[in-house]
Amino acid sequence: MGVVLGLYCSGTLLLAAIAAVPLGRARLGSIAVYAACLAVSLVALINALAALLGLAPASDAVLPIGLPWLGAHFRLDPLAAFFLIVVDLGGAAASLFALGYGRHEPAPRRVLPFYAAFLAGMNLTVLADDAFSFLLSWEFMSLTSWALVMAHHRERDNARAGYVYLVMASFGTLALLLAFGLLAGPAGAYGFDAIRAAHPGETAVALVLILALLGAGSKAGLVPLHVWLPLAHPAAPSHVSALMSGVMTKVAIYGFVRIAFDLLGAPGWWAGMTVLVLGGITAVMGVLYALMEHDLKRLLAYHTVENIGIIFIGLGLSLAFRADGMILAAALALTAALFHVLNHSLFKSLLFLGSGAVLAATGERNMDRLGGLIRRMPRTAFAFLIGCVAISALPPLNGFVSEWLTFQAILLSPDLAQWGLRIASVSVGALLALSAALAAACFVKAYGISFLGRPRSESAARAREVDAWSTGTMILLAALCLLAGILPGFVIDALAPLARPLVGANLPAQSAMSWLTIVPIAASRSSYNGLLVFLFIASSGGLAAFAIHRLASRTLRRAPPWDCGFPEPSPFAQYSSVSFAQPIRRVFGSVVFRAREAVTMPAPGDARPALLAVTLRDPAWDAIVAPVARAVGFAAERMNYLQFLTIRRYLSLVFAALVAILLILAIWQ
Amino acid sequence: MAVIQPLIGQAAQMLLVLGLAPLLTGIVRKTKARLLRRRGASVIQPYRDLARLLRKDAVLAENASWLYRTAPYLIFAATWVAAALVPTFATGLMFSWSADLIAIIAFLGTARFFLALAGMDVGTSFGGIGASREALIGSLAEPAMMMIVFTVALIAGSTQLSTVAAFMASPAVGLRVSLGLALVALVIVALAENARIPVDNPATHLELTMVHEAMVLEYSGRHLAVIELAASLKLLLYVSLIACLFAPWGFAPAGGGLAADALGILAYLAKLAAGGALLGLFETSIAKMRVFRVPEFLGAALMLGLLAALLRFVSRSL
Repeated sequence: MGVVLGLYCSGTLLLAAIAAVPLGRARLGSIAVYAACLAVSLVALINALAALLGLAPASDAVLPIGLPWLGAHFRLDPLAAFFLIVVDLGGAAASLFALGYGRHEPAPRRVLPFYAAFLAGMNLTVLADDAFSFLLSWEFMSLTSWALVMAHHRERDNARAGYVYLVMASFGTLALLLAFGLLAGPAGAYGFDAIRAAHPGETAVALVLILALLGAGSKAGLVPLHVWLPLAHPAAPSHVSALMSGVMTKVAIYGFVRIAFDLLGAPGWWAGMTVLVLGGITAVMGVLYALMEHDLKRLLAYHTVENIGIIFIGLGLSLAFRADGMILAAALALTAALFHVLNHSLFKSLLFLGSGAVLAATGERNMDRLGGLIRRMPRTAFAFLIGCVAISALPPLNGFVSEWLTFQAILLSPDLAQWGLRIASVSVGALLALSAALAAACFVKAYGISFLGRPRSESAARAREVDAWSTGTMILLAALCLLAGILPGFVIDALAPLARPLVGANLPAQSAMSWLTIVPIAASRSSYNGLLVFLFIASSGGLAAFAIHRLASRTLRRAPPWDCGFPEPSPFAQYSSVSFAQPIRRVFGSVVFRAREAVTMPAPGDARPALLAVTLRDPAWDAIVAPVARAVGFAAERMNYLQFLTIRRYLSLVFAALVAILLILAIWQ
Repeated sequence: MAVIQPLIGQAAQMLLVLGLAPLLTGIVRKTKARLLRRRGASVIQPYRDLARLLRKDAVLAENASWLYRTAPYLIFAATWVAAALVPTFATGLMFSWSADLIAIIAFLGTARFFLALAGMDVGTSFGGIGASREALIGSLAEPAMMMIVFTVALIAGSTQLSTVAAFMASPAVGLRVSLGLALVALVIVALAENARIPVDNPATHLELTMVHEAMVLEYSGRHLAVIELAASLKLLLYVSLIACLFAPWGFAPAGGGLAADALGILAYLAKLAAGGALLGLFETSIAKMRVFRVPEFLGAALMLGLLAALLRFVSRSL
């Protein structure tokens, strides 16, 4: 049990990855690999659950690999166990889905080996207990996922997506490398124990925090470092997209939590403020991007950006409360953030798998060529609907509970000591409310356009329900969303052993409350009972339906749609995703994205169709990524000169560099 | 016995809101008609309309899905549960702890979500236009509402409506700037959420300005009845909420006996009548807005709410 079993699981996954190279050729090869991944993920999941629930004590292990004087340290503590649950639950779900979905894969050998290796990389990153093995696993995870992004490299835009991802991933790892370098100090104490024991100075703490934000934030998709995410996540096969969006971003959150809460000691209140404000901006920007999108998978990827923002809001609040010594509030905010980590991994996996099912059934990702799928794919449509309700933070599902907890944490912020922090937290509260409301609008759009209405293309009209493995996985994830929504007390209690070492307190035990109510602070302050609310809604809806069918009319006639007397037979007269978002685009998009609409109306008598062209600018790309890319290009061009020197000049350059470094060292000492 | 009495109280509240909701709609319509110097239909006309709709066959579009048929009941259930959790005639209801004010707002969000989806199910352009505009209104009204909740919760130190109502009735509240701002914001949000003039017009059909009526255009028979009832319940909820927060007088205390309960119900009826009459008066004295003016109107509510909450964060006495 414990960390050793976790390592065995990762090792088995690596072996599976190697075995997948020859197996990919075989007819049932992909089924064998996915079945192996599923089995190993389940074992790892149970192992992590046991560790989190305290059935097995925290354990560590040292492998004689890696740096010769250090070895590779691994440890399974409650924090790692929780994130392992997220990783392995997502891994198990994606593998189960892929048992059916993998059959649609045209080139399985481009996917299978990297898929298993990717799972192993994520497991190892969470288990790592020293900077070296952490970074190594992190980079391994990045590279294997990059290979998965490039699996369909011949498709349009995928090569560019892979390139941008590779650049951003390297940048992120570089930032983390520097962060760990600062943490380890000049003596090079790379073990997490040694880092925890060291107390870096004020400047070092600030630098490490910023580097960790850059490194983990770029992997998680924090605005403005998110530009790669909506390109790369949708480019991969859909079950891998589910893993990247639902799980890999959580590993990035893990990296941030590990550094900011565990290794770094206690950063000041400004740290909380920075994270909080970045989270708020990320949440709103992410959902606005998503609203402007008409590609189903890209829409989901942008939503990941929004949810990462919500998680960072919770983390920032927790850092702020902790810095001010309000440890119970800090525990509440941290619990809210981590609860949202779990929730997002559940519903985002579900939604990406759903989009994969749609892709397999219709070959379309563009929502404006879908429609009416609820009639052709009822089970997928039902599961996808549950995912949409959950991600829109609507009760009684799980997304609402974590946002509710975040709001409760924000309502505690008037007691904060710093004036700026108080203003920031209420403003971020407004941003959070805005992003929640916009998310609901966005998923009305996503579901309404893709699954409801009339089919907008031949392929959507002829869609067939996907196989039982795929639908089963989606229904299972939907059930988990509902369970976490109506029994949130158990999740909160499971998070208690994790919050205590990180912020010094945990929420009171919730499962002991009467009727399974959750009461984060005090009963007079706030309480919520998902189970009761679910029962109320279900019973009153059912009762109303029963009474009406029994006592009033129950006859039903079918007729053509009325539509005010002028039903339009063409399915293109329906609202499309672009037109659905038009009011919101006018209100928000004209400022944020400089959205412009140009209408080209042909002269009377001209047979050409009228055209409406919408142009959007990506502010993050325009303001940050493009200038940096230009600067790098410019510098590379200037340095090109160095490529054509004589050997004599190279030698003198090397010598000059050596002298310069020695001089700097001499002055430093 | 200790459980039975509160249970009866809660059940009475649920039936009370359900029974009174059409009456409130009738009062608003009657007031509007009288102000326009029409005689108008009787205040119980909404009940007759509901009964008529319930008796009729439901006509369904040929391609309507199961979502279309279940959505009315879901919308109704979510709205009913939300309305039953707002204190009307008594505080300290049995299940008031099962959801706080944030959750009540979120129930209405769930109802809105399904209503917008139902509007898009048949695939007509009217449904789409309604859903799209409802999404816009909702995405502005909900954060504004959240800011009002923030303000109230910070003043009362709780998001539990029973606690808040009890606090608002106590002399500790006093006159506060932030509460005044929150009241204005809440009225704006209530108008928008209930599809009233100047945001939407509940009396029109076949007009390009409509939002709520466009979404439910394809509904008929019992489905339409349930949706209309849910709309009435939502209006009642907002009037009760405003009354509960800003006119918290005359609540029956917990365990006060039948006489106290009867007094509480009378006070509640008076509040409802006043709210309905005020709404009718307001609607007749203002013109409908263009759709793209609505964001400014709601944006004002959001800013007022944010200002109110910020005042609370800066000073405890404002």
